[in-house]
Amino acid sequence: MSAFNAIGDEREIDREEYTPGVEPQPTWCPGCGDFGVLKSLKQALPEVGRTPEETLVCTGIGCSGKLNSYLDTYGFHTIHGRSLPVARAAKLANDGLEVIAAGGDGDGYGIGGNHFIHTARENHDMTYIVFNNEIFGLTKGQTSPTSPKGHKSKTQPGGTAKTPIRPLSMSLTSGATYIARTAAVNPNQAKEIIAEAIEHDGFAHVDFLTQCPTWNKDARQYVPYIDVQESDDYDFDITDRGEAAQMMQETEDVLNEGTVLTGRYYVDEESPSYQEEKKEPRPRPAGTAGRAVLRRRRRVGT
Amino acid sequence: MSDDELIWRIAGGSGDGIDSTSQNFAKALMRAGLHVFTHRHYPSRIRGGHTYVEIRASADDVQSRGDGYNFLLALGDSFARNPQEEAYYGNEEIKPLSENLDDLREGGIIVYDEGLVSEEDVADLELEKRAEENDWHVFPMDLRGLAKEHGREVMRNTAGVGVTAALLDMDLEHIEDLMSDAMGGDVLESNLEILHEAYEIVNEEYDFEHDLRAPTGEHETEQALLSGSNAIAYGSIDAGCRFIAGYPMTPWTDVFTILSQNFPDMGGIAEQVEDEIAAAALAVGASHAGAKAMSGSSGGGFALMSEPLGLAEMTETPIVLLESMRAGPSTGMPTKPEQGDLEFVLYTSQGDSSRVVFAPGTIEECYEQTRLAFHIAYEYQIPAIIIYDQKLSGENTNVPVEFFDREPNPDLGSTLTEDELKEAAHDASGKFHRFAYEHESGAENGVSPRSLPGQKGGRYLATGNEHSPVGHISEDPDNRVYQMSRRVEKLDHIREELDEEHDSNQTYYGDEDADFGIITWGSSQGAVAEAVSRLNDNGQSVKAIGVSDMMPFPETEMVEFLESVDEAMVVEMNATAQFRGLIQKELGRYGEKMTSLLKYNGNPFEPAEVVESAEINLDGGDEEPSAQVHIEPAAGD
Repeated sequence: MSAFNAIGDEREIDREEYTPGVEPQPTWCPGCGDFGVLKSLKQALPEVGRTPEETLVCTGIGCSGKLNSYLDTYGFHTIHGRSLPVARAAKLANDGLEVIAAGGDGDGYGIGGNHFIHTARENHDMTYIVFNNEIFGLTKGQTSPTSPKGHKSKTQPGGTAKTPIRPLSMSLTSGATYIARTAAVNPNQAKEIIAEAIEHDGFAHVDFLTQCPTWNKDARQYVPYIDVQESDDYDFDITDRGEAAQMMQETEDVLNEGTVLTGRYYVDEESPSYQEEKKEPRPRPAGTAGRAVLRRRRRVGT
Repeated sequence: MSDDELIWRIAGGSGDGIDSTSQNFAKALMRAGLHVFTHRHYPSRIRGGHTYVEIRASADDVQSRGDGYNFLLALGDSFARNPQEEAYYGNEEIKPLSENLDDLREGGIIVYDEGLVSEEDVADLELEKRAEENDWHVFPMDLRGLAKEHGREVMRNTAGVGVTAALLDMDLEHIEDLMSDAMGGDVLESNLEILHEAYEIVNEEYDFEHDLRAPTGEHETEQALLSGSNAIAYGSIDAGCRFIAGYPMTPWTDVFTILSQNFPDMGGIAEQVEDEIAAAALAVGASHAGAKAMSGSSGGGFALMSEPLGLAEMTETPIVLLESMRAGPSTGMPTKPEQGDLEFVLYTSQGDSSRVVFAPGTIEECYEQTRLAFHIAYEYQIPAIIIYDQKLSGENTNVPVEFFDREPNPDLGSTLTEDELKEAAHDASGKFHRFAYEHESGAENGVSPRSLPGQKGGRYLATGNEHSPVGHISEDPDNRVYQMSRRVEKLDHIREELDEEHDSNQTYYGDEDADFGIITWGSSQGAVAEAVSRLNDNGQSVKAIGVSDMMPFPETEMVEFLESVDEAMVVEMNATAQFRGLIQKELGRYGEKMTSLLKYNGNPFEPAEVVESAEINLDGGDEEPSAQVHIEPAAGD
């Protein structure tokens, strides 16, 4: 097997290395929050010392899925909702890779919700960025799992009767060990949070508020935003599940009332990642069917 | 096939240890020098229900279940002794005896557990009368009581084996050895006591009026008892596969279990995940990162894999998927075999399909074609699917141990090293032309070699969208036609390699000059093979082909076979003649030459059913066959 010399390569990295030198140029609408995710990744990756060739970014489908085209790493633009199983398998197959998955709110909290819950509970050592614009963008503005109750769209002409998903609370309950919310309109915080998420050993989930200027004009543009760590109005321990849960609930509630809370919500540095767990030998029951033949097989050199 | 054969049927309830008892007894017969073949019949229940395993044993090679059987060990269904009178599954003690009588051959032996089956119930069966009519030899014995006396009630299976061995005049040596391998301490001691006691009782107290004895034979080399699932699992290991992801579903779970138990010790990864979409997507992700990866399921789970399967085709990510068929549609009959998923597996997922599908017909083919599937998948960057079924998955037969003495193949196929990547085409920004045009890659077989994430100089984008050489989304018409053609034409190149560089996956039987041919595929091959030899022994002239290459289709071989016969009967376990349809689709002719023999009652073909239906065809008759099979006339008839 060939060597992977890009892995662990310690060198100065120019931010422009992540920018494709030739086409394509981003096709996102002017003012789209997705530019904020792209920018924060381009800033964070060199800062934490991950080169383009040791980084694998797996995306889903939708506007967010275009991220791969504008970020010049190894990339896998998968299918709607399935970025997580592809990404976590790549990490299992080669744990030297820096694996980042990304997708929209429909992708991650709707069609891929099952994968989200299970990848979080297994605590895979990877980062998951959800571009949350509270709407389906690329299919032209339908109500999404995070759209507020009463949201009107062509598919919900009378306004949706459904309560939106609580992304942060769901993440905590499922077992993610780093949970944060940031917003495209707050680039400094976004860069810092993305960098922390990448460096976190375990499943890091970033709910990234990305305003949609085309299909969600009526919605808030996520300004003004409040950083719960900076503000004196909020005081909670991000290592305490109970306090984190309460803060998340409040954040999710007030978003629909027009207050944009962001920041780190939960960090658990103690729980080992799935990759670490796998390294621990576990006792297995002896005497399985076909053992004798298999033992012979291994001797042949497999 | 020799007349001198034993077909031993052990019947009881699920959870009564029928499986493990039969497995050990089959091994004992194999070690005694016999060829063995097992057939498993069980309901989708954890406890109780009508379940049996048949072991067919002969001095000659056996490739199929037999017609009926000649020794019944009816253990009684322990679960059926339900104290609640009204229990849904209640009071079925008699079933292991009553449900199995129809298939018992003349002169057969019946042993039943008096400790579980009441005298009145047996009286209702008119067993004595039927025994007289059929020359059956009935041996009631309190197996339960005997087991209780020396150990625990569950050990009544051992008592049954002891009775069997005595009645068949078998040596206990191999049975004792196998027991010693499987257990120890008090449990072993009690079991051995029960075994000997049962053996003695029969020898001392019973009259032997029956003719049936265990056949005698000898193996030239050491044998192993394997199921199709074992063979597929070993084939995967030897093909260098070290990553499997799955979700439990009968009957595919067998392979998943074997590899989950063995991979950790060999540096492999086995992941049980949230659903089958994830399972197949994990295989894609692991392969993308450089693992030899597989996933699999049965029909219902495979339905969820359509998405990642299409993704693997579009991104040219090599993966191997298994599809262990059971009777459908929907949940169907979870523990019963059928060959009804062929068209589904060939075409599921949107767009034109480009995949390889093999349908092994024997245990040996399971091993060989699994290895071949990995080779083709990684060489041609294409998904390869092994389609098999509940029957092949669970039936055991003896295979010479030396069959497995082959080199493993960890090779990743068309994957470049970093040095090779330096020579490869890149665009101005340094991105590697992963999906290169032929003039750049130099490959003439449609394959553009890949890089792996983490390699220097190999950066590219994999995407389920149509894409340019570096993997960028592209809707350029010229690029589309080029990439699409290249992907589907890989199948032609694979066909060429299969025809020119490998032994044929198709197996031929019978008289080469015959005018009547039988065509079958997958696991029905064994019954057809035996039927053909019987037909020829009976003075008919018949030949057969067992087809494994479903895609790419073996056009040359099929044309040759169909041209050589006047009439052909296509034998398959489904209701709509799917394989016959495939032949017509692929060849565009021969519809008027082919009749179909179909069976979809949940049980695999018995050789006699194939013989009878072939004879009806050969005599030009139009009567319906007697069993639950169906003859579908040729086009135009």
